[in-house]
Amino acid sequence: MPKPEHFVAPFDENEMAEVDKVKLNEKPSNLWRDAWRSLRTRPLFYLSLAAVLVIVLMALFPTLFTHVSPTDDCQLANSNGGPAAGHPMGFTRQGCDVYARVVWGARTSLTVGVLATVISGVIGIITGALAGFYGGWVDSVLSRIGDIFFSIPYILAAVVIMTTLADYRSVWTLAFAIGGFAWASLARILRSEILRVKSGDFVMASIATGRTRFKTLLSHVLPNSMTPVIVYLTISLGGAIVAEATLSFLGVGLGPSVMSWGNDISAAQSSLRTAPMTLIWPSIFLTVTVLAFITLGELVRDALDPKARARG
Amino acid sequence: MLMYVVRRILQAVPVVLGTTFLIYFMVFAMPGDPILAMFGDKTPNPAVYEALQQQYHLDQPFLVQYALYMKDLFSGDLGTTFSGQSVADVLARTFPVTLKLAAMAISLEFVLSVVVGLVSGLRKGKLFDNVMLVVGLILLSVPIFVLCFVAQYFVAIKWGWASPTVGADTSVGNMWLPAVVLALSLFTTGMRLMRGTVIDTRSRDFVRTAYAKGLPGRRVIPVHVLRNSLIPVVTNSAANFGVLMVGATVTEGIFNIPGVGNTLYQAIIRGEGPTVVSFVTVMVLAYVVINILVDLLYAILDPRIRYA
Repeated sequence: MPKPEHFVAPFDENEMAEVDKVKLNEKPSNLWRDAWRSLRTRPLFYLSLAAVLVIVLMALFPTLFTHVSPTDDCQLANSNGGPAAGHPMGFTRQGCDVYARVVWGARTSLTVGVLATVISGVIGIITGALAGFYGGWVDSVLSRIGDIFFSIPYILAAVVIMTTLADYRSVWTLAFAIGGFAWASLARILRSEILRVKSGDFVMASIATGRTRFKTLLSHVLPNSMTPVIVYLTISLGGAIVAEATLSFLGVGLGPSVMSWGNDISAAQSSLRTAPMTLIWPSIFLTVTVLAFITLGELVRDALDPKARARG
Repeated sequence: MLMYVVRRILQAVPVVLGTTFLIYFMVFAMPGDPILAMFGDKTPNPAVYEALQQQYHLDQPFLVQYALYMKDLFSGDLGTTFSGQSVADVLARTFPVTLKLAAMAISLEFVLSVVVGLVSGLRKGKLFDNVMLVVGLILLSVPIFVLCFVAQYFVAIKWGWASPTVGADTSVGNMWLPAVVLALSLFTTGMRLMRGTVIDTRSRDFVRTAYAKGLPGRRVIPVHVLRNSLIPVVTNSAANFGVLMVGATVTEGIFNIPGVGNTLYQAIIRGEGPTVVSFVTVMVLAYVVINILVDLLYAILDPRIRYA
């Protein structure tokens, strides 16, 4: 009788196949490698990743995509004109090239979106980590503060801040107005994740070997709680881009001199009847960008969550 | 239940104080003259300036200002708009319109979420489910103002099925387009919630028992699966209803619906700082109250919540 290759039943014979499958020659598995294995089979993942890369390139090097200046080559004679040679998306009301403006607008959206996400990420991670890890009065105080920020819809808060700071509008104030009010959900998510992680044996081992509690938090608890944070931040980057566009659309974002999709959509709404494409092109870019970030975040979340994977 | 109600309301007290304080702080503790800042580039009429200084008690120390402001707020003085009307009057006039729009949008959103979520959940992984997941993702990503303009252009202007703006005629027939837009913008969350709950409920023991004792699917699905999956979607829709009552600012603005949100929209567009601040404060307070009501509704529908 030949020697069996596995010391368990062949995996196609029972439903526990994935559990029983012993792969001796493979690298040890971990969460991220498993996630990558499930992600790389999803065409949607590559599609959204490609869209994100294109938008990032556009924001960093707009001249790779267009040589037409979005502000200097405007001629009123072209006002609301349709597509022409070298101007595939037509012209705005001011006679500027729509394609060039859309390309240059990516920078504003992405800068404000990334900054706002970083700001809300930093505040959310600090409060969530401290509240979850230390518990007690620290948790009570920080969680109540979080409740307050959680119950103010952040667009309304940003409207108030930007109205008050009308004279100081910049990328930074806008990012603070959005990010400074969007961190509460992140803090809640991280807090509950840390509550789960901190009961692990490795945390006790770390403290037992003489690390201070704070160092344990930094070197063991936090790194092991980052998965939902990364997913949440990816999705909320999409949300921050929407917030920037909405505020610019309402006229309380960056001034009209700044190229931004929200500004362009707002400026084009008066010509909706006659030149709808002037409005629709920046809208498409805005939507695709947001869609790409949200899809990416959700795919990664599904890939990281073994329960979701089992549900299919 | 009474204990739960009392606890939930007590929990809201610090939130109400905190939110109003935060808004007040943002506006009045910033460097510079808050009144001038609210007017942006324009210079206010000296009479207006004085009235505002009086209204916001700016001659007092900051904490006293806030206390007096809270006293005004709770004695029903919600502030005045730019044109001198009291915010309470404006709210009384605009609220019925917003309520109607919210009711239309939420009914539609609820039906769509339940039907699509149920079918998707029962046919998990099939074509319909996958198509709806992608549609949901797209609707989740489209900013509301883009959705408004797309609907306005294609449905109203190009195909002529609805009037592009609503204006004074706020009948159901004239407001269906913005209601559909709002329903679509809220659809994904409800649909996903329903789908997830249906998938979960379908694998429960009582459903298996129902099938095992020979009940046909046409009885098990509506009676056992559907009814036991409704609670999360009902509360989600109730929460959305609350959000819409506070005002769908952008949608009401674009479709020119004379509701609560539109008043704020116009004030923002025209840069009328004082009106914006009064309105946002009232809206945030309403939002807090609505959240309490939704939690109570959840506790009524699901006994597990109130005994937890």
